[in-house]
Amino acid sequence: MGGVLRRYGPILTAAILLAVAAWLLLLVVLPQLLMVDFSFRPSLPPSKAGGPEDVYTLRNYATLWTNQIHLAIFLKTIWASSLVTAVTLAVCYPVAFYMAQVAPRRRLPLLVLMLVVPFWINELLRTFAWYIILAFNGPLNALLVGLGVFSEPQRLLGGDAGVIIGMVYVYILFMVFPIMNAMESLDRNQIEAARDLGAGWLRIHRRIVVPHAKPGIAVGCIMTFMLAAGSYAVPALLGGPQSRWFTEVIYNWFFEGGNWNQGAAYAFILLILCIAFILLMMRLFRVGLTDIAK
Amino acid sequence: MTAASFRRWVTGAYLVLFFGYLFLPLGIMAAATFNSSRFPTVTPWMGFTLQWFGALWADQRMWQALGTSLLVGAGVIAVAVPLGLAAALLLDRLHSRARTFLYAVMVSPLLTPGVIVGISTLVFWREWFGVTGGLFLTILAQSSFIAAYAMLLFLARLQRFDQTLEEAALDLGATHGQVFRRITLPYLTPAILSASFLAFLQSFENYNTTLFVRGLDTTLTVYIASKVRTGLTPAVNALSLILIALTILGAVVYEILRRREARRQPDPA
Repeated sequence: MGGVLRRYGPILTAAILLAVAAWLLLLVVLPQLLMVDFSFRPSLPPSKAGGPEDVYTLRNYATLWTNQIHLAIFLKTIWASSLVTAVTLAVCYPVAFYMAQVAPRRRLPLLVLMLVVPFWINELLRTFAWYIILAFNGPLNALLVGLGVFSEPQRLLGGDAGVIIGMVYVYILFMVFPIMNAMESLDRNQIEAARDLGAGWLRIHRRIVVPHAKPGIAVGCIMTFMLAAGSYAVPALLGGPQSRWFTEVIYNWFFEGGNWNQGAAYAFILLILCIAFILLMMRLFRVGLTDIAK
Repeated sequence: MTAASFRRWVTGAYLVLFFGYLFLPLGIMAAATFNSSRFPTVTPWMGFTLQWFGALWADQRMWQALGTSLLVGAGVIAVAVPLGLAAALLLDRLHSRARTFLYAVMVSPLLTPGVIVGISTLVFWREWFGVTGGLFLTILAQSSFIAAYAMLLFLARLQRFDQTLEEAALDLGATHGQVFRRITLPYLTPAILSASFLAFLQSFENYNTTLFVRGLDTTLTVYIASKVRTGLTPAVNALSLILIALTILGAVVYEILRRREARRQPDPA
């Protein structure tokens, strides 16, 4: 703290501390804490707030266990998000490896730009693109019927499959960049040496590349899972009443059910799910929080 | 064919497929803008038209939503960039455990699903201050995580900063205010510009957080989503096409400027 004061002087230090305190307390920590507190209270009309009925309760959490539909949607959100994460990882790994280790240096700037550009495009617009592709009279149906895969157009929108396909597309770049960055610092000579010593490519990846890229893989998986599980845009556009996502259930508690306490409980459950996934990745890849938060 | 050339061929084919996968959907969406069909599609092709740009131009609610988005974006720049700057200045001078802890709290909004950022903001400001959803809360909720992006940008630039410059100025009798205005701030100007640009883009495209705190205000992204679900015409494609073109332009200019900057300031590593 003394270093801060010496460098910036009293006025500037006060301004900096005030700004940081305002950000972290008013916009990050207190809202989260209040949301949790809120989730353990019953939903009461304003006249009864603070009255004898306003006590802490687990009722809002019990709802998820007793409501079979919500529980099924919650579990679906978990496995579907895991599937999205696994598919994006499989698709991205070769691309990241090529960009970081194989690509000729003079071609790299263009390739990186080609990755950056779609990354910058609005998530909702990238989802919308798949709305058009998957539409009943859309190009994918036309192609598959033309190829003889389907005898007639199929409903591709409004189901879980469409949502998952859309999510893979929309969140794929959150997987590429962390892995690519992690692989870049691997010395190409190390791979050469392994190859000279007779290691096959599978072994090179298992013993050298993957261990080196572990923090990047962990970050990519965490970001993708978090974005998929917390996505509202993709299921709202590509899904339907039969393929609701947990975020949509939360939204309904707030703006249709009018029960904010219940909604806050579901939101907190979603947050716990994401934290659990982070911890799982840290265990699985044996990386610390400092590796992830880089 | 040798094993090496076969591997090159497979790699090349995979890359073509991958980049095709990235860009083809956007191309199809763009092409549907010019199809004179009432529903946006490319199959069947009904003939070339530019009518949907005219329909978009005449859409009053679209202009209103655009205005809201610009206002929110400006607000987010005004809130998130200074907060991110202050946070980076503080972290840059802290060491050890305090720094690790603060850093973790600061980046935590980036690891939190956007809907939860929106919900916690909504609940907190209603319960403590009686503020309901609208422009103000939208700006605050978006800023709470966009400030973290800004902080990371500033921190990266501060790491290459030669602190002896500040010390020399202080030794020569400059006040802290002078040092900040004449040395620190000018050095950070490129980062301030890129943070503002990034903050605006993030704000403009945000959907998940905005949805919970917007109240009765409609940003352009929210408007597009509502149009897709009810009342979809190729005018939505026209709007998407324009936004994508602007984004590509912005991304290319940003990358060129960033690379020029990187060349001018070679990394010490």
